[in-house]
Amino acid sequence: MTPLLQVEDIAKYYGTRIGCTGVSFDLYPGEVMGIVGESGSGKSTLLNTLAGHLTPDRGAVRFDTRADGLRDTVTMSEPERRMLSRTDWAFVHQHARDGLRMNVSAGGNVGERLMAVGARHYGKIRATASDWLGRVEINEDRIDDRPASFSGGMQQRLQIARNLVTGPRLVFMDEPTGGLDVSVQARLLDLLRNLVREMGLSAIIVTHDLAVVRLLADRLMVMKDGHVVESGLTDQVLDDPQHGYTQLLVSSVLQV
Amino acid sequence: MTQIEQDKNAPDTVMSDYNFAYLDEQTKRMIRRAILKSLAIPGYQVPFASREMPMPYGWGTGGVQVSAAVLTPDDTLKVIDQGADDTTNAVSIRRFFEKTAGVAVTEATAEASIIQTRHRIPEAELREDQVLVYQVPIPEPLRFLEPSEVETRKMHELEEYGLMHVKLYEDIAQHGAIATAYAYPVKVEGRYVMDPSPIPKFDNPKLEMAAIQLFGAGREQRIYALPPYTQVVSLDFEDYPFEASKADHLCGLCGAEDSYLDELIVDDEGGRLFMCSDTDYCVARQAAGHRGSDAAPTLEGVA
Repeated sequence: MTPLLQVEDIAKYYGTRIGCTGVSFDLYPGEVMGIVGESGSGKSTLLNTLAGHLTPDRGAVRFDTRADGLRDTVTMSEPERRMLSRTDWAFVHQHARDGLRMNVSAGGNVGERLMAVGARHYGKIRATASDWLGRVEINEDRIDDRPASFSGGMQQRLQIARNLVTGPRLVFMDEPTGGLDVSVQARLLDLLRNLVREMGLSAIIVTHDLAVVRLLADRLMVMKDGHVVESGLTDQVLDDPQHGYTQLLVSSVLQV
Repeated sequence: MTQIEQDKNAPDTVMSDYNFAYLDEQTKRMIRRAILKSLAIPGYQVPFASREMPMPYGWGTGGVQVSAAVLTPDDTLKVIDQGADDTTNAVSIRRFFEKTAGVAVTEATAEASIIQTRHRIPEAELREDQVLVYQVPIPEPLRFLEPSEVETRKMHELEEYGLMHVKLYEDIAQHGAIATAYAYPVKVEGRYVMDPSPIPKFDNPKLEMAAIQLFGAGREQRIYALPPYTQVVSLDFEDYPFEASKADHLCGLCGAEDSYLDELIVDDEGGRLFMCSDTDYCVARQAAGHRGSDAAPTLEGVA
């Protein structure tokens, strides 16, 4: 089976400081990969590098494109990469404000990606937007409201709808549940899990919340100081941590 | 000696202390280069080193610089503001060029070789030997959707114009129809999305014309252009097509039914008068004997 995403020896430096280095992995279709680690461990740098927001200093990120099979997204032309990020990729930001247009209605937010890839029929765009609002549990009568009038959890769900509307195959998520209270987090996770299963999505989820990866991720990478210190199946890593840092991380979680 | 005498008697309104048409020749060359480039890439915003002009930004400094760069002593200039020849902006710019260039001026659209305009395209069809210069406040059609200049340039470069339709979507979602009534975005030759300056969308179909159209934005330092007969398509949705709308009335003065109308409040009882915004068009029609329902008998003498 061809991997959907093939990452080979990625490195990103900020001057002489290490952002992340020596990261390699394969992600297969339908697989969810979690990346955990403390603040400053390089997980967001890694995610942004993979998603094309940062240019890596070394390495290759190959994506299985629909047309030409595996292509290195680092060396492909910018229009191609931007096209990928509007169609086959999606990026869910930690803060919904970074991923939404706050002065555009919910329907317009969801419809933007459709219009960006050429949809020009208002009725159909609106019907799709309304369908997606339903799927992320936002009442359809809120379609003309601006995200500013939404709660934090709703904004995050709207951001997810906006990203998934074009049927991407790979979703990058940067702390998707950060800053939400636990009950809202639980519902969001439930929603994400259903969508991932339903659509057969592959996802890379960066988080410092071990509960999130336990629920969503099939595989786990633990990062420290820009390096991957441990990787494996999620339950394996969490239940039998081998590396000292992973042991510390797992034991730091309060058992309620 | 006689020469000097003659000069003194010659139109004393022309200021001999200034170069022809105010700008120095180097500046005109710079602007002409930008104009040529903009004609070569229709709809593309060419940056230029906009100069300080003796009028505030927002009063047509971009249009004035473009006009100054294309003016020759043989030209006949017409200046309109919202279609009218007699409003402050039009009068002051016309006087400016009368003083600094000494060119002939006119109010008749057909007689002008260069027409500088703010917010309107004249009703009369323009010819191949005419140039229409627009004053543009904000040349970037994506500006109110995307504040970053770096990002909007990238969007033009990569033809990422989905965002423009988001604005039209928002219009329909809020108002049930595309409510954008002026500065209605257009796509030029299937490539660049362009802001046609704040002309009413009624004028959009006229953008495909025989005359050269130049757009100057002084504060924003951009020039763009439409060569004659360039394809210009107003953006829309399949199920909400573009409509060139105007007030559903006849001109009260000349009875025209095909011209863009201004609404004038005439008393405190809500009385109103619709009249052509293109004053030259209206006056010419009245002179030809057309009368609207509100034309006062006293107006006949004036017309």
